[in-house]
Amino acid sequence: MIAYLIDGPLWYFSLAVFCIGVLWHLARIIFTRGRTDLSVARGSAGGGAIRNVFSRFIPHREIASQIGLPVVAGYMFHLGLFAVLFFAAPHVIFLEENLLGFGWTPMPHWAFIVASQFAFFGLILLWLRRMLTSVGRLISTTDDHVAAILTFVVMLTGCLALLKGFPELRLLHRFTVELLLIYFPFSCLMHTFTFIPSRAFTGAWFGRRGIDA
Amino acid sequence: MTERLEKGLQVLRAEMDKKVMSFFSSCVNCGICAESCLFYTETGDPRYTPIYKTEPMRKLWKNEYSFWGKLKSKLGMSESMTEADLSDWEELVYDGCSMCGRCSMVCPVGVDISMVIFKVKHALAVAGFSPEGLVGATQRAVDIGSPMGITMKAVLATIKHAEANTGLKIPLDVEGADYLALLSSNEIALYPEYLESLAKIFDHAGVSWTLSSDAYEATNSGLQIGNKAIAGQLVQRVVDGAAKLKVKNVISPECGHAYTALRWEGPNFVGKAYPFRVVHILELLDELQAQGKLKTTGMETDRLTFHDPCSIVRRGGVQAQPRNLLRPITQNFVEMTDHGSMNWCCGGGGGVSSNERAEGLKHTAFNRKKSQIEEIKVDAVVTACSNCRMVMEEGLEFNEMDIPLLGLTELIAEHLAEKPH
Repeated sequence: MIAYLIDGPLWYFSLAVFCIGVLWHLARIIFTRGRTDLSVARGSAGGGAIRNVFSRFIPHREIASQIGLPVVAGYMFHLGLFAVLFFAAPHVIFLEENLLGFGWTPMPHWAFIVASQFAFFGLILLWLRRMLTSVGRLISTTDDHVAAILTFVVMLTGCLALLKGFPELRLLHRFTVELLLIYFPFSCLMHTFTFIPSRAFTGAWFGRRGIDA
Repeated sequence: MTERLEKGLQVLRAEMDKKVMSFFSSCVNCGICAESCLFYTETGDPRYTPIYKTEPMRKLWKNEYSFWGKLKSKLGMSESMTEADLSDWEELVYDGCSMCGRCSMVCPVGVDISMVIFKVKHALAVAGFSPEGLVGATQRAVDIGSPMGITMKAVLATIKHAEANTGLKIPLDVEGADYLALLSSNEIALYPEYLESLAKIFDHAGVSWTLSSDAYEATNSGLQIGNKAIAGQLVQRVVDGAAKLKVKNVISPECGHAYTALRWEGPNFVGKAYPFRVVHILELLDELQAQGKLKTTGMETDRLTFHDPCSIVRRGGVQAQPRNLLRPITQNFVEMTDHGSMNWCCGGGGGVSSNERAEGLKHTAFNRKKSQIEEIKVDAVVTACSNCRMVMEEGLEFNEMDIPLLGLTELIAEHLAEKPH
């Protein structure tokens, strides 16, 4: 019964909440009023927007040494998670059979181990920094902690699900993924998508002023 | 709900737009912005973390625009905003932020933190939570026409001295001139050599220009305090003055926030595009040099550096021009380690220098600039903002450092060659 619920209705429900929630959230941003800038532009807003979406992947040289830990840990976590999410063999098979109808070559097992270690270490380092620095403690919200813990639990159950002969662990992983999907659109996890308009808006502002940001 | 709180919340709601929504949806509270802010790096106080300064706006967004906030509100569990949510942020926003915008350069998700802080400032100003010093300066700007209380009589006296010192006629209220030059209060009261330099350079380059007795003041206390209505009122004086004299261009002086107010935010404050062009004095000098109308001679042999005023460079886009102008007249020019769009602020922008209450914090924040200057061992510092110049002169004096500050326009005027025409 529980297996049926997790593999069936709850999966479709969480997927629907995720998709509708993300689209609703993005639509709200796009359709909320903006402001027309009446000053005469010096440069291109469009060019600035595109440039800023990509340039922010690399921190400014002037501040790189002060923010080395969060940048390195951030890259470890995000790249590791991306690799595991889209290239771990069970995920490729799952996506092919349940969602897309086509697959691609998964990464080898050793690469999966490396990627998941990166993701774990990155996430733990980021969370420790949040807890151990005065700035992190002051500005962190409940949402930040819930999102971090939920992501960690999903990754942990994902690793446990690899143990053959324990189908309950696969169910547990899928259940935590479903919780994450439901939580996602209403949380800071939305930065996965909203960082693009955020960078673009700021880049456009810099671009029309002719500032290389 | 008190009237002050209601006024503040009304502003915050009016300022909520798609940018702010995308910013708060994206911020993961990584705290990287703290390392970009000199008020945090020099004090170590986490409250000066730039994103924390936006908390009133963020709380409103969370309560009224986020899923959880709306749900809590429906269930009667929402944490309402109180007057303390505004009053407690007054010191952080006015004393502990110079609106330098360095934080907006480093945010990994692209939040323009400085822009949101200005929106918070706007709400605080309308709600009446602003420091006395800035309130007084703003009141003088509205009543007298200048935040330092400078009247046209004082300007006339400065003109008279400039004419005596240069032997040149300073044009006043000349209809149909190409350029209307504005002055900042500091340039009238503390650095009158700026006007003398303009007279020499424009005479040399054959520029048709004038001052206006209706619009002489470029400083905009409305922008500094964050009140858009007052900022618009002050910009409108310039617009009216320029229209009366039918000028084609208005020159923003060596003043950072005046450039922001006139060039970038002014049309938005007054609600319409200008019928004239606004050009910063450095942009104009660079244009004249490129056209061959501005010729210089001789070179400074001292070891010089350039302090980039945040509002002109990082937030204004005038970065290459000062270097283009300095190159032909300096033999021993050296850049600070962090310069250009990532330069460190002097610590007195955004109205901090007009806020007596922030005096101690301003001196602490200046330590960053002090170490930048010490590191490169220069003989003098050149800049192009009279406020930066004043703040740095004070900071260097406070730290017993004997390093002169020079205005770039003034330096150019000292190196003018024979008239090319």
